Amino acid sequence: MLSPASEAELSEAVAAASGPLRVVGGGTRSIGAPGTGEVLSLSAISGIELYEPGALTLVAKAGTPLAEVEDALAKEGQMLPFEPADMRALLGRDGVPTIGGVVAANAAGPRRMLAGACRDALIGVRFVDGAGTVLKNGGRVMKNVTGYDLVKLMAGSWGTLGVLSEVAFKVLPRLDGATLLVRGAKGADALEAMVRGVTSPFEVSGAAVVPGEGTYLRIEGLETSVAYRIGKLTDLLRDLGEIEVTSDANASAAIWTRIRDVTDYADTPGAIWRVSMKPTDMVDRFLPAIAEIGAFDHRLDWAGGLAWLRLEGDDSAIVAAHHAVQGAVTENGGGHATLFRAPEAVLRRVDVFQPEAPGVAALSNGLRAKFDPRGILNPGLMGGA
Amino acid sequence: MEMPTPDASILARKSRIVERLMGVLPKTAVIHEEVETRAYECDALTAYKCPPLAVVLPASTEEVAAVLKICFEEGVPVVPRGSGTSLAGGALPTADSVILGVARLNQVLETDYDNRIIRVQTGRTNLSVTGAVEAEDFFYAPDPSSQLACAIAGNIAMNSGGAHCLKYGVTTNNLLGVTMVTMEGEVMQIGGAHLDSGGYDLLGLICGSEGQLGVVTEATLRILRKPEGARPVLIGFDSNEVAGACVSDIIKAGVLPVAIEFMDRPILEITERHAKAGYPDCEALLIVEVEGSPEEIDAQLGLIKQIARSHNPVELREAETAEEAGRIWLGRKSAFGAVGQVADYMCLDGTIPVSELPRVLKGIEEISAKYGLKVGNVFHAGDGNMHPLIMFDANKPGDLELCEACGADILRLCVEVGGCLTGEHGVGVEKRDLMGAQFTEADMEAQMKVKDVFDPAWLLNPAKVFPLETSRTRRERDVAA
Ligand SMILES: Cc1cc2nc3c(=O)[nH]c(=O)nc-3n(C[C@H](O)[C@H](O)[C@H](O)COP(=O)(O)OP(=O)(O)OC[C@H]3O[C@@H](n4cnc5c(N)ncnc54)[C@H](O)[C@@H]3O)c2cc1C
Repeated sequence: MLSPASEAELSEAVAAASGPLRVVGGGTRSIGAPGTGEVLSLSAISGIELYEPGALTLVAKAGTPLAEVEDALAKEGQMLPFEPADMRALLGRDGVPTIGGVVAANAAGPRRMLAGACRDALIGVRFVDGAGTVLKNGGRVMKNVTGYDLVKLMAGSWGTLGVLSEVAFKVLPRLDGATLLVRGAKGADALEAMVRGVTSPFEVSGAAVVPGEGTYLRIEGLETSVAYRIGKLTDLLRDLGEIEVTSDANASAAIWTRIRDVTDYADTPGAIWRVSMKPTDMVDRFLPAIAEIGAFDHRLDWAGGLAWLRLEGDDSAIVAAHHAVQGAVTENGGGHATLFRAPEAVLRRVDVFQPEAPGVAALSNGLRAKFDPRGILNPGLMGGA
Repeated sequence: MEMPTPDASILARKSRIVERLMGVLPKTAVIHEEVETRAYECDALTAYKCPPLAVVLPASTEEVAAVLKICFEEGVPVVPRGSGTSLAGGALPTADSVILGVARLNQVLETDYDNRIIRVQTGRTNLSVTGAVEAEDFFYAPDPSSQLACAIAGNIAMNSGGAHCLKYGVTTNNLLGVTMVTMEGEVMQIGGAHLDSGGYDLLGLICGSEGQLGVVTEATLRILRKPEGARPVLIGFDSNEVAGACVSDIIKAGVLPVAIEFMDRPILEITERHAKAGYPDCEALLIVEVEGSPEEIDAQLGLIKQIARSHNPVELREAETAEEAGRIWLGRKSAFGAVGQVADYMCLDGTIPVSELPRVLKGIEEISAKYGLKVGNVFHAGDGNMHPLIMFDANKPGDLELCEACGADILRLCVEVGGCLTGEHGVGVEKRDLMGAQFTEADMEAQMKVKDVFDPAWLLNPAKVFPLETSRTRRERDVAA
């Protein structure tokens, strides 16, 4: 295992590598079949470099534990806007989630629909490309259009274009919240409850459906404002089900941690997909279509724009279901489905990412060949040979 | 500022190229007489001008593809153009280039309130996107001051921002998908109505790429429900430092206003003479706006006023009525126009960490004195996006060059304190030669590799963004070879 302790050492290690590398942060959210190369661990490149609460900016080395970042922010009453999930329970991993891993995965929790994903809060990166060259893009300021936005490109590239060494974020004030449950709302009504919530002027910061329970909506802000908006939303939604309000901030936060981390599916058997589509396509078209394929269990987030699917079955059933799910995404309006959890034997047989249209795939492959000409960074992932 | 020497072989082939373009477009959509191409000789950075070889105004994605195929085959550089309001010279032609204007692509293709999206052709103006949904109480958030004129195409190319970006983000945060045509004429869908990319974030790469990666013809944009109301306060201070500290304290306090705008004394004096908004006589003025129901606004403004008072403002004025709110915004909104009445000006937009505001304002004062040019500051303080306006006299020989040098010093200062050359206007030609102040050769090489992938022949808006010397071998490479 390589474990460089600085960006310079990281650069040397990559330049000197003679074979494939498996880039690892905390190993808590890695995706696809485990790679074959030598492990390149970022955990020794760690620490918060700069935190200015009055400028809403934080810069950290890529191997910094996510918890360290979140604690520092919490002390100043701030947070990462995109609410990254802790995937350990769902994926059955241990290890320490790192901030670089969060970026590589472009993680985003329930607040995604309002405040954006990791890519939207990420304002700067430093990274080492596949040739070992140290590069930077963006910076530490909230607005920056100087040159191309490689910051976005690095977010969600899963370590295949470069190895992140430092990441910078725009952060936000942390607000207490309350949760409203439309108990019993299901199907079209559950969607309707989310739609009414997020198209109201009451700034709903979470909208999720747990089948069997109903639609959850989250409201955050100053106390008076939360109470006012909960009242308004209650009036707006009472015809769709019984309204239950969780006003205690901690109890409300716990509901959203459960939704964010998909803990309902921790300790369950079966494969898990993460699907992003237009909300009405998801609910009106895609979910009915896959019901024909198998007995999928699901959870909805992002006002219906995100679904977590779970299906039990043997390896070949899961492989078949994977192709069917991705096909159903394409046929029902488009988006992407990623196989998030499955037995290793399945992961070895499929590409977990949604196939891209040929023209788009050519651009993606072209970028990869430029940034990692030797093809040594996480080969096999994201369509890489 | 230098531009590449026009390719004589292209100039010699003008009539053939124009003829081919007329073969795929209606006659009125191809402009080639010099008297007419002059209308496209510059954008809002009027200091630099050059009429193009020809101008095409396609009305569909297919026509755009047909035009690009021809230009690709002929090896003619193409400069995409929206409304031509770029302040960076992004849409500045070269004599051997074809301007591809998307102004005729201005339709709304779909509005979908349940999914909170609108799909438009990109020649549509920014304000008319909100116009298409406001009857339903929705709006498109990015609001550049040029929103009456500028097109979504230019907004995407420059990743434009506006006063309300502190809360709602800039273009890239509100863009879900595009239809893009490559230089070879291939039509692609990138993104869609869903969130985030399943693969590499090509959409994030295209947004802000200044028309160098592809021509964007359609866009899926996020629309939002309007808040119940909004209300500004005006706070005057007797020093820039104190105003800067107040901005920082407001942000730290946990309220996130939708806008925090800053104006300094030189701007206040000019604006007051011109717009008569009744602003107080002070060194620095902040306009802070919050949104919500009346009670929510009261609660947020209560907190903001409390913070402001702790900094001993010379004036603290809250709008009680819509009319008063309008007056508070009036001066800010007329600032650019007012400066334009008294001088020629160059508007920079370096962005800095908010904590460096006092130091940078002081530095700008010194640079201004050194060059003997008046500089006023009116900008988005919440996110540190400065807008120093350097006033000069375009008719006075040497004044433009003096102004450019003054601007370069200011931008270097922005980079020095941890900021960047441009927060929302783009690099274009204006800041092209300063890129080296912010990026290493390797950093620029990495960016140019992206263009190599999207536009291997380097025909799309090639003389922008990267210093000419840095991009020379790529631009001058014989594609056929
Ligand atoms: C008075 C004034 C105030 C302004 N205020 C702001 C502000 O508050 N915030 C802000 O961010 N900007 C502001 N601007 C700058 C300018 O309005 C923006 O950059 C705007 O987005 C440009 O849009 P446009 O349609 O005019 O683009 P153009 O000027 O026509 O082009 C800009 C760039 O976009 C490229 N481009 C155009 N169309 C396409 C296409 N279809 N595909 C690919 N590339 C394309 C061009 O090649 C060029 O590089 C202001 C400008 C003025 C004059």
